[in-house]
Amino acid sequence: MSTLPPSPSTVYTGPFGEAQATRLLWRAGFGPRPGDAERLARLGLDAAVSSLTRPAEPAQLLDRPPHDDKGHPLDPLNVWGQDHCWWLDRMVRSTHQLVERMTLVWHSWFATSEEASNARLMINQNWTLRRNALGNFHQLLSDVTIDPAMLLWLNGNTNNRYAPNENYGREMFELFTLGQGRGYDQHDVHQNARALTGWTNDWSDSRGPINFRFDPKLHDDGVKRIFGQTGRFNWKDSVRLAVTHPSHPSFFVGKLWAYFVGAELPARTAHELELAYVRSGFEIRPVVEAILRHPLFYEGPRLVTPPVVWTAGLLRASRQTITTTDWAWIAQLTGQVLFQPPNVAGWNYAQWLDTSRWAGRLQAVNTALARHTLDGKHYPFGIDETASQAYEHALAFWGGQPLSDTAQRHLLKLSRRFARGQHQPWQQVPFRNLRQNALRALVPMTPDWMTA
Amino acid sequence: MQREWDPRMPVPAGVGIDRRRFISAALGGLAIVYGAERAGLTDQMLGDGVAQAAALHGAHDRILVSLFLQGGIDSLSLLAPAGDPLYTKLRPTLAVAPGSGVQFREDPSLTWHPMAASLAELHNAGKVLVFPGIGYAGEDMSHFTSRHYWEVGATDASLTTGWLGRYLDIVGNPHNPLQGLSLDGQMNPTLATTRQPVAAIDQPNNFAVWINGLWGDSAQWALQSASTLGDAQRHAADPAIQQVAAAASEVGIVRRTLKPWAGKSSASKPGSNPGAAYHAKVAYPASSSDDLPARLAGLAAMIDRGVPLHCVALSTGVQFDTHSGQAGTFNSGVKLVADSLAAFQADLEARGIDQRVLVHVWSEFGRRAQENGSDGTDHGAAGMSLLIGSRVRGGMIGEFPALNRLDANGNQRVNVDFRGVYASLLEQWFNHEAAAIIPGAGRFHRYRLLA
Repeated sequence: MSTLPPSPSTVYTGPFGEAQATRLLWRAGFGPRPGDAERLARLGLDAAVSSLTRPAEPAQLLDRPPHDDKGHPLDPLNVWGQDHCWWLDRMVRSTHQLVERMTLVWHSWFATSEEASNARLMINQNWTLRRNALGNFHQLLSDVTIDPAMLLWLNGNTNNRYAPNENYGREMFELFTLGQGRGYDQHDVHQNARALTGWTNDWSDSRGPINFRFDPKLHDDGVKRIFGQTGRFNWKDSVRLAVTHPSHPSFFVGKLWAYFVGAELPARTAHELELAYVRSGFEIRPVVEAILRHPLFYEGPRLVTPPVVWTAGLLRASRQTITTTDWAWIAQLTGQVLFQPPNVAGWNYAQWLDTSRWAGRLQAVNTALARHTLDGKHYPFGIDETASQAYEHALAFWGGQPLSDTAQRHLLKLSRRFARGQHQPWQQVPFRNLRQNALRALVPMTPDWMTA
Repeated sequence: MQREWDPRMPVPAGVGIDRRRFISAALGGLAIVYGAERAGLTDQMLGDGVAQAAALHGAHDRILVSLFLQGGIDSLSLLAPAGDPLYTKLRPTLAVAPGSGVQFREDPSLTWHPMAASLAELHNAGKVLVFPGIGYAGEDMSHFTSRHYWEVGATDASLTTGWLGRYLDIVGNPHNPLQGLSLDGQMNPTLATTRQPVAAIDQPNNFAVWINGLWGDSAQWALQSASTLGDAQRHAADPAIQQVAAAASEVGIVRRTLKPWAGKSSASKPGSNPGAAYHAKVAYPASSSDDLPARLAGLAAMIDRGVPLHCVALSTGVQFDTHSGQAGTFNSGVKLVADSLAAFQADLEARGIDQRVLVHVWSEFGRRAQENGSDGTDHGAAGMSLLIGSRVRGGMIGEFPALNRLDANGNQRVNVDFRGVYASLLEQWFNHEAAAIIPGAGRFHRYRLLA
């Protein structure tokens, strides 16, 4: 395991125990499997972060490969919803948890929807995002700008010298690099669209959009004026001008910070991270490493865990893998379908829950428990189990992550209610089954378990 | 007043009408759920809040429905200066042909898009008020910024409450999340409040909450436990805990209110489907891509049943961000929206509740006058809004923004500020002072919206 270079910013110096490790695993990955938090806590902060940002071994997928409800391997390119299940499986099983998590960050950052293309192009883009996950932002933006799914999504493939299309040119500044209204105007957007002209593709009746390429004949090679600079700019210049714009470092750092930390970014930290980012030549990893070591990461308020992260976390905590493709429609109910962000601004990380999406998450729990519903004649933990033991067993089913006193009090009250409800000897086993089913369903629905 | 109650119990003091009679008449099957459950739990008491709200307001409160046309609809196609040579020049492939649609009553130089025929008919019947040049000064051509401005009712990027959310914060009932109902399957930002509870569903018949492996009373115990934990933590110090807890708390109320409909099919046309949660009184259009018709049909049925709604918000599934190949998306999308809205209005009329409902249709901006060469249009400035309902003063407010006076970006100029319309809606539809809700309300013109 590599050691970390010194952080450009303040480093957390408080205790690094299971609580801190659990938060790190939820925010920089997809939640702990049983024992993960304890193992990570033993490493200490620096080695724990380094194990995520600089994994020593190539990525491996642990445990059993995913399959559909009939036991067949997934077919993500051809069957509806199985692209979602395919990536969800990587989130559950990959040893490179932060790489998958950063891939999800970039998917929301460069939010592209398969509505405009197809699963093949979306999964190709997904590998592009994964390859650059902790790499260089200049390179990432270059790759995304000419990525076929993105060219289709924001009309880069019909943006030509005869008819500039502003769609990508505008979002590139607003959502990807600079932020709304931060140092550019409509003139810059239009000129940027001209610089980006020239990309096109063919259409095949059998294969859909194919043969994406730059065609110099479609490129406007005239002089453009962007951010006050003049030249015969092309798409590479456009990417360079955006990344080197003075508004970009603060946009990059602020946006990345908000994915990981619930507290406001202090001005001094912002300055330190921006400087490190620029000096590294727009490297992503050093900024992530500074954020994951920052005191506010551990001491700041909790964050609601995004639905797909929480869903992967359910499976990891209960040591399960993908055995049903129900996860695809459940994702819609919870409000986060992979490869289908709501719009080009990505998912709204500030508001993940309301009555509808809470009900959707309960459906997810039902599905995760489908093979673990107790209804047999023998209660596995014995009929002498007390109400508090029942609670402990339910907690242990999900890996033993502790809950707050308030949540514990409510679940214990529910557990005791089941004890009160039984009067006949024949009720003893069924009521213990019911009690355990209820407690298992409610543990991951608590506000504690849905936040980190 | 917040105590266990049962339809058989006497009416508590302070409720102005005979609740039992009201419930049986208006809430029908929906009332059963309140009496059926054992109480002592906070979310049960909150459920009483819904019943009380229903008893006090359900049958006569005015309702505002906000329908967002996502993506910036091309108003220049919806209401087109067909035949204007300048228009044909700007729109060589997309121009609406003269005579292809209904002529606009207030301005004969304009033609409704042929796919919006049902809207044109409703307009000619005096039930649609059109704002053909609405927006705000200093138009922002970003979807997200412009949409945000419309949602919060101010050109302020930092406001986090919706304009209807702020209204509900003042007049709302702390026990009735259905007063602000999103029909998008997730919270609509227009309804974001700071204090009062609001709710999100998709359709009233598919709000499903259950736990596998539970039977008898145990499912109710478990679900109540989740909601009471939500009640206990919804004012926690940590905002993330608050967000989850508030949802859990409100689920309890919505679940009980909609329980008689849960899991049943919906019937978006009249006829005998015995298992259906409700039957629309008119036929809504069929659509496989966007369930807008079903959501509106469910909304009409909920209003008819006396569910205590006050502000409702929903968005089209169709995206009108037509940068390329505009005709396909636009034509089918506009037809679906127009036919759905016409069916909703007819449904409300058939149910005799049309006097209580006003529909506000909006989009974040119009589109560039000059088409872009991908057979589409880029983001513009002035766009179109509609107010629909039996109480509306049908006609036009403002004027069609002339194509020979485009702004520096080649966009149509705004002549009605959307905040003036919001302020007028608050004052005339809700009889509530706008100043407390719309920042700088005094600066905006007021428009006569109602007949």
